[in-house]
Amino acid sequence: MTALTLSRLPAPVLQALARPAFLIGGGIILMSTLFALFPAAFAPYDPLAFNYAAIQQPPSLAHPFGTDNFGRDILSRVIWAYRIDMMIALFATIFALLIGVTAGSLVGYHGGWADTIFGRCVDAVITFPFLVLVIAVVAMLGPGLINMFVAITLVNWVYYARLMRAEVMTQTAHDYVSAGRVMGYSSGRIIFRHILPNAITPVLTFWMTDMALAILLGSSLGYLGLGAQPPLAEWGVLIAEGRNFIFTAWWMSLCPGIAIVLTGLGFSLLGDAVADMLRPKG
Amino acid sequence: MSSISYLFSRLLQIVPTFLLVMIFIFLLVRLLPGDPAIAMADAKATEAQLEQIRHNLGLDQPMPIQFAKFVGNVLTGDLGNSILQKAPVLAVIQDRLPVTLFLAGYSMALAILFSVPLAFVAALYRDRLPDLLIRSIFQISLSMPVFYIGLILLSILAARLKWLPVGGYGETWAEHFSHLLLPALTIAFYSSAIILRNLRTSVIEVLDAEYIQFARAKGLPQRLVLFRHVFRNALISTVTLLGLSIGNLMSGTLVTETVFAVPGLGRLMLDAIFARDYPLIQGLTLTFAVLVSLVFLATDMFQSWLDPRLRKS
Repeated sequence: MTALTLSRLPAPVLQALARPAFLIGGGIILMSTLFALFPAAFAPYDPLAFNYAAIQQPPSLAHPFGTDNFGRDILSRVIWAYRIDMMIALFATIFALLIGVTAGSLVGYHGGWADTIFGRCVDAVITFPFLVLVIAVVAMLGPGLINMFVAITLVNWVYYARLMRAEVMTQTAHDYVSAGRVMGYSSGRIIFRHILPNAITPVLTFWMTDMALAILLGSSLGYLGLGAQPPLAEWGVLIAEGRNFIFTAWWMSLCPGIAIVLTGLGFSLLGDAVADMLRPKG
Repeated sequence: MSSISYLFSRLLQIVPTFLLVMIFIFLLVRLLPGDPAIAMADAKATEAQLEQIRHNLGLDQPMPIQFAKFVGNVLTGDLGNSILQKAPVLAVIQDRLPVTLFLAGYSMALAILFSVPLAFVAALYRDRLPDLLIRSIFQISLSMPVFYIGLILLSILAARLKWLPVGGYGETWAEHFSHLLLPALTIAFYSSAIILRNLRTSVIEVLDAEYIQFARAKGLPQRLVLFRHVFRNALISTVTLLGLSIGNLMSGTLVTETVFAVPGLGRLMLDAIFARDYPLIQGLTLTFAVLVSLVFLATDMFQSWLDPRLRKS
């Protein structure tokens, strides 16, 4: 963006862009995305190369995160794992977002029996601890990355739909919606062309935070052996591989976690900053 | 509305929710790709054995009848037989339930011990150093998965300093307390972050209320203002929050039990998954749902007892 286009942005957005939350969060996520797209350019070693001369080396200048029980460089493995974990952040949330927004808009606009049934479904879903529900579905489909995405989406869309429904219901009370009806617009056009742009903000903000949660959830399932499967390098899987060596080589488990914490923090900070930016002024 | 009739109206609300929960658990096994009988039997099973499994699961009958039978069985406490433990699912769960309840209660107590005083300190020193410090520590802990917090505590307190046992459950009460301290600390650290953040906000809201200004204006000492007015009013939202965080707590126990080899329901759930013990998975899922709804109900009752205004709606 050039200085000219920057100066055209409204003042509150400019202020938000200059906030540390946005700069740090945005910086972390940008870096994470680059790691995910070009791991080979950043990883100092081959993540799969065994090196029997350097087995379970503690963190040093040559190996900042140390090496594992096969002498593989843990930092390189963590960087390659960005691929899987950033993919989890995206795919565990995007379908839930799309389904939730569509379903939430429809029940929020039309109300009636569909809305009643939806309300009951929401009650039933929140009766389960989130993880238990996801794990129950993974248990049936079988462990693995794709099944994990399916399981999370199956549970998670409800949260997006609930949020969207509430927003659409508030918007439906506005005059512009009645005006649209008087003009004879179809309900599809009113919902998706007119209400949606006004109602989507909280959902998008939630999406940012949810990507942080997805990474926590994805790595937890990976750790439990229900998500990404070894030898796929995923942070939870890497931590689980080091679990048995926690007494002798703590870095094998603890160093990959740094990436989880950083990325999670990045998404939350970015989410907060975006929420501030989009919040109605006044 | 009296407390008793309030309880009844709340119980009535639970019925449709539970029906949906049952439908979900019923459909779980039918979510299986392919034939659950083949998935459950070993590879060498004959067609007659498969037929027997289908019959035992009731899969050879029409869906509505299967569901009615399932609900009937659940209501009479018959959750089928665990393949892994070769015993009735209900008995297996009853055996492990105390461990998880102990861990959950223990963690909750620790979480309250950490978060309530810290939330007050943060609210009273709003936007000053203690507040920022407390908030940033817990912001970081919110970005950590539970199992990672557990491993950090394990590597410091058990592996390095050797202060605490690595895990397990122990035999006596004293052993339960010492063996479960690490897992309980892990969950407490994680749940404190959520409780603290919300409680801080509600304490600040109370502090800004007019009746607090009035209490101060009439010259009440700070200690009395805090205990008699602020604490009591912030308590309502704290109780609600504790109740609502039960789902998180259960998710936390599930993971933590695996990290520390605690023989509770969460550990059992994972064992059941890897053994493809479907009746046990169903039973455990139902148990978690029942536990959470009971806590939700208790929270509502306690809340309405604390604040009678809530009974009206």
